[in-house]
Amino acid sequence: MVDVRSGIGEALPPPEVEDVELYHPHSWWTRYVFSQDAKIIAIQYATTAIAIGMVALVLSWLIRLQLGFPGTFDFIDADAYYQFITMHGMIMVIYLLTALFLGGFGNYLIPLMVGARDMVFPYANMLSYWIYLLAVLVLVASFFAPGGPTGAGWTLYPPQAVLSGTPGGKDWGIILMLSSLIIFIIGFTMGGLNYVVTVLQGRARGMTLMRLPLTVWGIFTATVMALLAFPALFVACVMMLFDRLLGTSFFMPAIVEMGEQLQHGGGSPILFQHLFWFFGHPEVYIVALPAFGIVSDLISTHARKNIFGYRMMVWAIVIIGGLSFIVWAHHMYVSGMNPYFGFFFATTTLIIAVPTAIKVYNWVLTLWRGNIHLTLPMLFALGFIVTFVNGGLTGLFLGNVVVDVPLSDTMFVVAHFHMVMGVAPIMVIFGAIYHWYPKITGRMLNEALGQIHFWVTFVGAYLIFFPMHYVGLVGVPRRYYELGEMAFVQESVHSLNAFISVMALIVGAAQIVFLFNLAWSLRHGREAGGNPWRATTLEWQTPETPPPHGNWGKELPVVYRWAYDYSVPGAPEDFIPQNQPTPGLVTHETAS
Amino acid sequence: MAVVVILVLLAAGSVLFHLLSPWWWTPIASNWNYIDNTIIITFWITGIAFTAVVLFMAYCVLRFRHRPGNTAAYEPENRKLEGWLATSTTLGVAAMLAPGLFVWNQYITVPQDAAEVEVIGQQWLWSFRLPGADGRLGTSETRDITPENTLGLNRNDAASLDDLIIEGGELHLPIGKPVKVLLRSVDVLHDFYVPEFRAKMDMVPGMVTYFWFTPTRTGTFEILCAELCGVGHPQMRGTVVVDTEEDYQAWLAEQQSFSQLSASSETSPAATIAAAAAR
Amino acid sequence: MSVAVIFLTLVAAVIVWWLAQQRLASRPWLEVGHRYDRRSGAPLPAAKIGLGVFLGVVGALFSLAISAYFMRMASSDWGSLPLPALLWVNTGILAVGSVTLHRAKVEAERRDDEATRTALLAALAGGLAFLVGQLFAWRELTAAGYLLAGNPANSFFYLLTGMHGLHIVGGLVALGRLTLRAWGGPLDRRMRLTVELCAIYWHFMLFVWLVLFALFSGWASDVVDFCRQLLT
Repeated sequence: MVDVRSGIGEALPPPEVEDVELYHPHSWWTRYVFSQDAKIIAIQYATTAIAIGMVALVLSWLIRLQLGFPGTFDFIDADAYYQFITMHGMIMVIYLLTALFLGGFGNYLIPLMVGARDMVFPYANMLSYWIYLLAVLVLVASFFAPGGPTGAGWTLYPPQAVLSGTPGGKDWGIILMLSSLIIFIIGFTMGGLNYVVTVLQGRARGMTLMRLPLTVWGIFTATVMALLAFPALFVACVMMLFDRLLGTSFFMPAIVEMGEQLQHGGGSPILFQHLFWFFGHPEVYIVALPAFGIVSDLISTHARKNIFGYRMMVWAIVIIGGLSFIVWAHHMYVSGMNPYFGFFFATTTLIIAVPTAIKVYNWVLTLWRGNIHLTLPMLFALGFIVTFVNGGLTGLFLGNVVVDVPLSDTMFVVAHFHMVMGVAPIMVIFGAIYHWYPKITGRMLNEALGQIHFWVTFVGAYLIFFPMHYVGLVGVPRRYYELGEMAFVQESVHSLNAFISVMALIVGAAQIVFLFNLAWSLRHGREAGGNPWRATTLEWQTPETPPPHGNWGKELPVVYRWAYDYSVPGAPEDFIPQNQPTPGLVTHETAS
Repeated sequence: MAVVVILVLLAAGSVLFHLLSPWWWTPIASNWNYIDNTIIITFWITGIAFTAVVLFMAYCVLRFRHRPGNTAAYEPENRKLEGWLATSTTLGVAAMLAPGLFVWNQYITVPQDAAEVEVIGQQWLWSFRLPGADGRLGTSETRDITPENTLGLNRNDAASLDDLIIEGGELHLPIGKPVKVLLRSVDVLHDFYVPEFRAKMDMVPGMVTYFWFTPTRTGTFEILCAELCGVGHPQMRGTVVVDTEEDYQAWLAEQQSFSQLSASSETSPAATIAAAAAR
Repeated sequence: MSVAVIFLTLVAAVIVWWLAQQRLASRPWLEVGHRYDRRSGAPLPAAKIGLGVFLGVVGALFSLAISAYFMRMASSDWGSLPLPALLWVNTGILAVGSVTLHRAKVEAERRDDEATRTALLAALAGGLAFLVGQLFAWRELTAAGYLLAGNPANSFFYLLTGMHGLHIVGGLVALGRLTLRAWGGPLDRRMRLTVELCAIYWHFMLFVWLVLFALFSGWASDVVDFCRQLLT
């Protein structure tokens, strides 16, 4: 029995982290609107993302109404349908998920979890939000522009994205879409620099990398990836804008459009796809890694047990982040690219399944022999594991090049990516909001409303997307405004489609309960106190709740231990906060 | 407890749905049953993994849910268990990847004796071209497209002149003979997709893509477009008919060659334009 | 995409090198106390790290654009455009700007405020001169009939020089603000840091420009061809 938990009585070394000079707001405007406080910026990001996300939710209703009951709703014509699916996809992927995970949770949690007073570049951080808002407004403006928003699909593949056969192709739609993305990327870069440098330089004394909560690891790695991947989308958008507005031929080959020869020539549509997916695949993990990180912390806290295999979890995050840059062409198996690439990309894609599977095992093994409190965050975490495993496993179908051939561009793909990068990360977002709402507002969210929200969302979403795989297996292609007569499609598929649509309406409606809960609990929720979940990480140890500007009062916290000291044998409580130097603890042989 | 019940129901329900639901792929009409087999292997491996994880979770929730007096175990890691799990996962992944790559190699290796057929996509219809008596397809160029030469064939290429052209009609293929489908688009991306053949490939303006297959069953099959190509995407339908050899030869004899079509359009250009406009 | 992949490999190498020093194999649950934090007492300024990360982003942007350049170049309609001799002059001006800013940094470290101010002003003028020179090069090319949409080589030339020029504009804004503040009073620690950051940025932009210049003049593709021959 060696007492390795020493190091308590040491003298504190001089602070590695300089106490930054905080900016001081002088008026209501600079305190709450043009604020440079990361927590306010986080709330602004989150509110905007959820607001635009509601637009995407309504669009998904309209899409499902058309698919489930074709011909019933006159106002959804083919043009409108393609505009709806494009905007739904783009909003969800970029303006909701990316912005909420990195801009929302990143801003709120990074400084608090690493023990900093704020982000390192608060001014750029503020600009980041306002530029993001501008990007959202430009996106929204395209709904009101002549010709409406673009209907090119969220992948915006040229040439059709800039031709007249696609809604918005020769109008304002595509121009506003590309501009909005360019603006978004500029804004994101400002925020992203903050998140990365704050993790690198802003950590409190004693906060080594291996003591970071996995939430921070996930957001940090995702941000690094986003900073390197978004330039690909940026370049692609700029080049397509040139093609559309200035007549260049980056992506445009010789084309006869409706019998008329166009001026373009020689360009390569596949070049766009390479650039797009060079961004697009890492983007999947830009959304997934923060979710991985957050869900690890939710499971650990609410199962009162340290996360199983912390080191493996960290390595897996880093390895997944790196590998995700060399798998992009698995989105292009049937694109007409050199078919020999298929061998390479199928292999890398399936290799990535191994670290991902290890993460899943470690989540489940954290539950094993835990003390599982079935709180709302834990329920959503369980929901995440189920949907993520389901969606991840269908990824093994689509990543395996030859299996992808019959399934690509069918509803199977739609079901797969909704399960893995739609439902699963959103489960985490909900879990995270139920988990951190008490810190942000000082009040708990209503439990009964939360239970309704969880069960309807989880079971409903599973009933939407699980059967949808089989619609794809039958062979129904995606992005079809109406199936019409298809000899190989049984009548029962149409009934299944109607069922899916009804479920989609119900699940969508359940989100209204959630929004109501958010608003209602702000005033009427139970008082939470500083650390209602009895969690170890630093954000729960702030002197005040909600944490004021500057987070920590007079003294910055000092970190003595890792983020997962739950149920440590011999400890008086089942958790030891990271900033607590507990004396007299004796460790076990089992620990080593 | 509701959680445990729902998780078990979900796992069992998914398996039952898979086994009992009427929704399954269309009967195959090509040689690519290898692909179907690979999917079956993948379904087995992933199905076992999914059920195992969900049921194990359900068990954990049942057994280790919080009750007064419970405490969690303290176990930061277990290298042996993690190594064991990683190894078995790697084996499972390899068991899916290996047959996949093996079949992919077949998919991209076109047999020497495959007959060439060209499919041309445009917004929003399919056209086809078969080699004439010389057995070769002539060259083509999008720039050469005119109302009289809607597929952009090269008039100066002798190989083009006897090419058989089918615009907006049905494509017929003989059973049992490998076909190399050359794919070309004149405007945007399309994708030649016949669910019964399993194979598909994008058509990209400015280049010629291909895939191959051998029809194994006679019948009439629908061609769909599987790459978003504008508002007419779902209406872009065609028909491919797999014939016996005699039927195929009879059909082939009825088709018109490029030079015949050019001659008839020279005699009545107005008719061609009217036909094009009617489209 | 090989250029972009090579660039990312370099970035990955830096990340791995850094991670290797972070004791990622340690068992954090066995380590209690703050002595495991091995960070040195004098960390790099956050702004410097921030600039480093930002240059990584800019590097990714240009390497991706250059990847696209090489992929598009394979098409048969590619026809290179003659480079105006003025570009040599502009290259010289940018290089002089870089040297001047380096000088400003050295003078700032020596606490010679007067010399720093002069060097900053000279660098600012150099930057403006470079931009004007680039605009003249554009005018010369358009006057000779090499229009943006005429040929993919032209399109890439305008796109890449434009992107580079915009980055120079951004640098000039920062440099201009710094110069104004430097003339307003004695240089403090923050301003000296900003001088250094401007110098780093300028060196990087010079490097990017040299790569682009090599690309436009065809040397880069010669090098690529040579590498291919070595590999095959």
